[in-house]
Amino acid sequence: MKFFGSGHGACPGCGLTIAVKNTLEALNGKCFVANPTGCLEIISSQYGRNAWGVPYIHSLFENVAAVAAGIDAALKAMGRRDEGKIVVFAGDGATADIGIGTLSGAMDRNHNIIYICLDNEAYQNTGHQQSGLTPPGEATTTTPVGKIFPGKIGKKKDMVAFALAHGCPYVATSSVAFPADIRRKVKKAASIEGFAYIQIHSSCVTGWGIDGNQSIEVARLAVETGLYPIVEYENGKLVSVRKIKDRKPVIEYLKVQRRFRHLLKHPKGKEIIERLQQIADENAKKYGLDG
Amino acid sequence: MKKVVRGFYAVAHSVKLCKPHVICAYPITPQTEIVENLAEMYANGELKNCEYITAESEFGAASILVGASAAGARVFSATCSQGLILMSEVLFNAAGMRLPIVIVNTNRALSAPLSIWNDHQDSMVLRDAGIMQLFVENNQEAHDAVPQAYKIAEDKRVLLPFMVCMDGFKLTHAYEPVDLLEEEVVDAFLPPYQPQIYLTTKKPVAMGCYALPAYYMEFRVAMQQAMERAKSVMEKIYKEWAEVSGRDWGGHIVVEYPDAKIFVVAMGSLVGLLRKVVNDLRKEGIDVGLIKIRTFRPFPVENLRKALSNAEKIVVFDRSVSFGYEGPLSIELKSALYKYSSADFYSYIVGLGGRDMPKDFLAGIIRDVANGKEKPGVAFKGYKEFEEVIP
Repeated sequence: MKFFGSGHGACPGCGLTIAVKNTLEALNGKCFVANPTGCLEIISSQYGRNAWGVPYIHSLFENVAAVAAGIDAALKAMGRRDEGKIVVFAGDGATADIGIGTLSGAMDRNHNIIYICLDNEAYQNTGHQQSGLTPPGEATTTTPVGKIFPGKIGKKKDMVAFALAHGCPYVATSSVAFPADIRRKVKKAASIEGFAYIQIHSSCVTGWGIDGNQSIEVARLAVETGLYPIVEYENGKLVSVRKIKDRKPVIEYLKVQRRFRHLLKHPKGKEIIERLQQIADENAKKYGLDG
Repeated sequence: MKKVVRGFYAVAHSVKLCKPHVICAYPITPQTEIVENLAEMYANGELKNCEYITAESEFGAASILVGASAAGARVFSATCSQGLILMSEVLFNAAGMRLPIVIVNTNRALSAPLSIWNDHQDSMVLRDAGIMQLFVENNQEAHDAVPQAYKIAEDKRVLLPFMVCMDGFKLTHAYEPVDLLEEEVVDAFLPPYQPQIYLTTKKPVAMGCYALPAYYMEFRVAMQQAMERAKSVMEKIYKEWAEVSGRDWGGHIVVEYPDAKIFVVAMGSLVGLLRKVVNDLRKEGIDVGLIKIRTFRPFPVENLRKALSNAEKIVVFDRSVSFGYEGPLSIELKSALYKYSSADFYSYIVGLGGRDMPKDFLAGIIRDVANGKEKPGVAFKGYKEFEEVIP
C-alpha cells in the first residue's frame, strides 16, 4: 500500500485506517492530507516513522480546516490546483468541538476541500473522553456511569445539519462497515468544486470496548439499527440514502459494546435506551431508511 | 516617490511589492486599515497571483498562513494585541515548523482593562516563540522593513517567522512623508520564495510530525541555532537594504553619542521623541547617549555589550511589564550585560495602554538620573497615585 504504509501504530481493527486507506485509494493518492492532533496523527506521523505516501501536514488540534484552507489558497494563487485535492482527516472532537470555528470559516468560504470527519464518538487518543459527537448514554471517562448518571446525558451534535446550514455543496455520511460507499463518496466529492463534508462512522476497539475482529460488525450494526444513517446531499438536496432491510432494535448494537453495556443494568438505562430507539426511529422516518 | 501617507498604507504598499501569494487577516484596531488597503488593492486586481482570505479569527488567519506557507507560498498577515495572542498558539507552531511567515504587529496593550492604545505587551507574549521581532521607529522604517523581513525569514539559514513591530496609532494612524518603493527596487532585492521543502504531490513530505523525547530537543536546538545565524543574516540584509534603497536604518541597534556616560535605551516610536530629548539634554551639559534597539529577537547581546561596556548609568524605558518582576526589555538588557558592565540600571515602565509620554516628562526623568535625584532600580513612571480598594 503506497499511500498509507504498513507500520503505522493503529490498534488491530481500528476503523480510522480503513477510512483513510479507502479515501486515498479512491483519489489514487493524488491529494494533500491535513490532519489535526488526534489518534490518526499519533499512529501515523511519528518523526522518523512517517506512514504517509502523500504530502501530509499536521499543525495543531483545532486548526486543520484553516490549514487546509491555506493550502487551497496557496495552490490557487500559484496555479498548482492540478496537483490534487486537499483532504482533511479529522476526529470528531477536532471537528465538532475544538475546531468548529475554523471549520465554519472554511465551509463558509467554500474552499475546495474534502473534509472527512472520522467519527469514533469520543476523544479516543486521550483515553475516551466525551466529545460533542458522543451519543447519549455512552460511558466515557468524563461522563462515567455513577449512581446518578448513566453515562452521557446530552445529545450527539448534528454536524450534517451544520454542514448543510453552511451551504456546503456536498455533505454525506458513511461507515467503515461499507468501504465501497466511502470510495464512491470520496470520488463524488472530488468531482465537486467546493467544500465537501463526509462524516465516517469509525469504530474504536479500545474506546467502544469491542474486539478488533468485531470492528466492522459493530459499525454495521450502527447503520442497521438506524442510529447512524448513511445519507448523501448534493447542493442541499438529499440524493441518496442507504436503505435498511429489517431494521434491528438499538439494543442489538448497544449490548455488544462496553461503552453502552451499563444501560442494561443502570436504573436510568431503560430511559436512555428508549431515547436512543426514538432517535433511530426518527432517523428512519426522516430519511426513509426502512425498505 | 515621496508621498504623505498613513502608516497603514506605508505597510500595505510595501507588502504589495513583495508579491505575497496569500494574505489573510482578521480585523482589529489599530491594524485593520493595513488589510483594508490590501483588500482594496486585491479588489482592483493590483495583487497578481494572490489570494486574499477573510479569516474567521486571528487564530484562523495564522493557521491559514501555516497551510499556505507549508505549500510553498509567500504569506502575509497583520494583527496586534488580543489578535496576536489569539494567534500565539499557531505562531509558536509555525516557528517550530520553520515557516517564514511575515506579520506586522501594530503594537497594542492587552486586556484587561480593554485598551486599544499602544504599548508593547503583545510583542512580549511572543518573546519566546522563535519568531524574529524588529521594532521600527517611523513609517518609512516600517515600509522598508517588510521586504527585509521576507528576505531574512526566507533565507535558508534562518527559516523562521518574522514580526515587524510598529506602534499602534502612534505610527499606524500618523501621516508622514514616506518615500514609497518602486517595484523594480523590491524585485531586484527580494527574489521569489523558492523553498527546498514544501507540500507537493510531486515529492511528498510529511510536515509537523511529532517527536519522541529522543528527537524533540534537537529540533529546538536547531531553532536556537537558526536564531543565532539570523543575527549575521540580518546584519548583512540590513546593509544590503541600505545600499539598494539609500536609507540606512543601522544594524540590530543604533547608538547615538557612543562615548556618553549615561545611556537611554528604548524601542519603537518612542525613540524618535527620545532623540530630541537627548539632544536637548546634551545642550544642558548632560552627557547622555541613546540606544535604539531595532532587533528584539534575536536579542543583539554582543552589540549591546560593546555599546554599553563603558556606560555609568543605563536608563531603560519599557513599554510593558512582566508582572511579578519588571519590564522585559530591562530584564533582557541586564542579562545581556552581566559581567560586561558595572553601570547602574534605572528601569522605568512608561506609556502603558497609550499613556502619554510628553517630552518634558521623559527629559525630567533622565535629568533626575543624571543629577542623582533618582535611585537605581525599577519604577513605573507617569501614573497617578491611587489606593487600591481591597474589598
